[in-house]
Amino acid sequence: MPRVAASARPKMVVDRATKYYETRSGSVHALDNVSLEVREGEFLCILGPSGCGKSTLLWSMAGLHDVSGGEIRLGSEKITKPHPEIAMIFQDANLLPWRNLFQNIALPFEIKHKRPDQARISQLLERVNLNGFESKYPRELSGGMQQRASIVRSLAVDPSVLLMDEPFGALDAFTRDEMNLLIQEIWMETRKTIAFVTHSITEAIFLADRVAVMSARPGRIVAIYQIDIPRPRPVEIQTRPDFIERVLTIKSRIEHGRGPAAGLAIT
Amino acid sequence: MDKVLGDKIPEFNKKEREGGGVGLSSMSALGLGDHRTKFEALIIALIAVVIIGGTELILELRGTPQYVFPRPSLILTALFTEWPFIWPHFVTTMYELLVGFAIGGSIGFVLAAVITQFPFVEKVVTPYILLLVTTPMLALVPLLILKYGFGSEPRIIAVALASGPMVMINSATGFRRVDLAKIALARSFGASTLQIFTKIRIPMAMPMIIVGLMVGSIFGLLTTVGAEMVGGAEGLGNRLTYYSALIRMPQFFAIILILAIIGISIYVFFFWLGKKWASWEA
Repeated sequence: MPRVAASARPKMVVDRATKYYETRSGSVHALDNVSLEVREGEFLCILGPSGCGKSTLLWSMAGLHDVSGGEIRLGSEKITKPHPEIAMIFQDANLLPWRNLFQNIALPFEIKHKRPDQARISQLLERVNLNGFESKYPRELSGGMQQRASIVRSLAVDPSVLLMDEPFGALDAFTRDEMNLLIQEIWMETRKTIAFVTHSITEAIFLADRVAVMSARPGRIVAIYQIDIPRPRPVEIQTRPDFIERVLTIKSRIEHGRGPAAGLAIT
Repeated sequence: MDKVLGDKIPEFNKKEREGGGVGLSSMSALGLGDHRTKFEALIIALIAVVIIGGTELILELRGTPQYVFPRPSLILTALFTEWPFIWPHFVTTMYELLVGFAIGGSIGFVLAAVITQFPFVEKVVTPYILLLVTTPMLALVPLLILKYGFGSEPRIIAVALASGPMVMINSATGFRRVDLAKIALARSFGASTLQIFTKIRIPMAMPMIIVGLMVGSIFGLLTTVGAEMVGGAEGLGNRLTYYSALIRMPQFFAIILILAIIGISIYVFFFWLGKKWASWEA
C-alpha cells in the first residue's frame, strides 16, 4: 500500500537550540545550536551515540526542561513547559509499580481531572493485545507488555505528537522487532507525528521517514537521511543488501562525526 | 524545580537505579517472612502449647509460690476477673498512645515531606532529628510531670516526642527516593507540583512511611508505659508498679499479656497496611 507522502509542513521546530547543564564537575555542553524540524505526520528518528544529547533534545521538545539558547515551537507556540498535544514515551516503559495496568493508563486523565475514555482505552488495549490484563500490576507483565501499556497510556489522551525516548532499548531483540512492527502499524493507522530517539541504526532506518544523525557531545545534527523504503516494511527487510548499505553509510557518518574534526562535520 | 530536574536529567538513569535500590527490602525486612505453610503454623502453635503447658506443669509440680511466678492458668483467670478494674487503665493508655502518636506522627510526616524538598534545610535539620531519635524521651518525663502534673498531658507529649522523629526519619528516607523519570512522566501530562506530590512522591515513599509509622508507634507504646510507671495513678504502666508493689503477680502478668497483645496488634495492623499499600515493592 503506497503511503501518501508526509506533508512538508513542519509540526515541531527546534530552532538553534543550545543546552548547557550544571553538574558537580562543572558545566556540560549537551546541545550545540541544534536546528531540526519534525514535519506533520512524519516519523523522524533521532540517531546518535550514547551521551550525544539526543535524549536531552527530546526532553526539551517535551517541555520537560528548558534550553539555554534558541527555542522550540509546536506550530507557532513556543514550548516552555509540557504541552497537552505532546505525549512522551519513556525508556523502560516507566509504569508506576503501585498502580495496575488500567490505573496506569488512567493517570493522564486523573491529572487532567477527566473521566478516563473507557471506549478508547479498551480499543487501544485490544489493538496492542493487552485486553484482559487491566488489573495486572507492572511486575506481572513482561517488558514488551509494559512498553505496550505505556504506548496505550500515551495514545489514550490522543496527542498529535509522540516523542519516544529509546523506548525499546531495554527489550530483547525479538520483542524489539515485534514492537517496531507494532509502532509502524500504529503510526500508519493514526498518522501521529513521531520523533523517536534511538542508538540503533537498524531501528532508525527501519522505522523512519527521515533519520537525523547527531554527533557526540556537544550534540549537533551532522546529517539527515531520507529513508524512502515503502511501507509496510517487514522485519526481513533488515537483511536486504540495500538496507545494509544504508546502515553502513550512516555508521561511517557517525564514526566520522565522532573524530577530532567533529566541529567541521556539520552539514 | 524545573531547573533542578532538568539539570539532573543526563544522569537520571544512574540515579534512578541507585535511588530505587535504597531500602528496596524495607518492607520485607519487617515482614513475618514469607508466607507460612499450614505445617509451619501448626509447629508454631505447638511450641506455644508446649511452653505454656510445660510452664504450668513445672510450676505446679515444684509448688512454686504465686508471688515468684504465677501459673499461666492463674494469669488468664486474673485477666478475666480483674478486667473490669483494668479496663479504665487500658482506655487511658490507648488514649495517650493514640493521641500522642497522632500528633507526633503527623508532625513527623509533614516535616519529612516538606524538609526533603529543600536539601539545605534537610542537611541542617537532620542532626537534630537524629538527636531526638536517639535520646530516650522517657528521660524527659519527670521534667514534663513537673510542668504539666500527673495527668495525660506529659505522657502524650512524651509519646509524640518519641514517635514523631521515628516517623519523620523513615518518611524522609522514603521521600528522598526520587525517581526523576516518574516525576517527568507526571509532568509530561501536565501534572502540578501538588499532583506530583500526591500521585508520585507519596506512593513512592509509602513503604518507608509505613515502616516509620510501625516503628514510631511501637516506640510510642514503650514511652507510654514507661511514662505511666514514672508517676500518676492511671494507665497500664501504673498498674504494673501497683500490682508488683502489692505482689499480685497474676494480675501483674495479666497486664504484661495485654501490653504484648497491643504491641502485636500494632505490628499486624501496619503489616496489613503495608501489604495493602506498599506490596508493589516487596
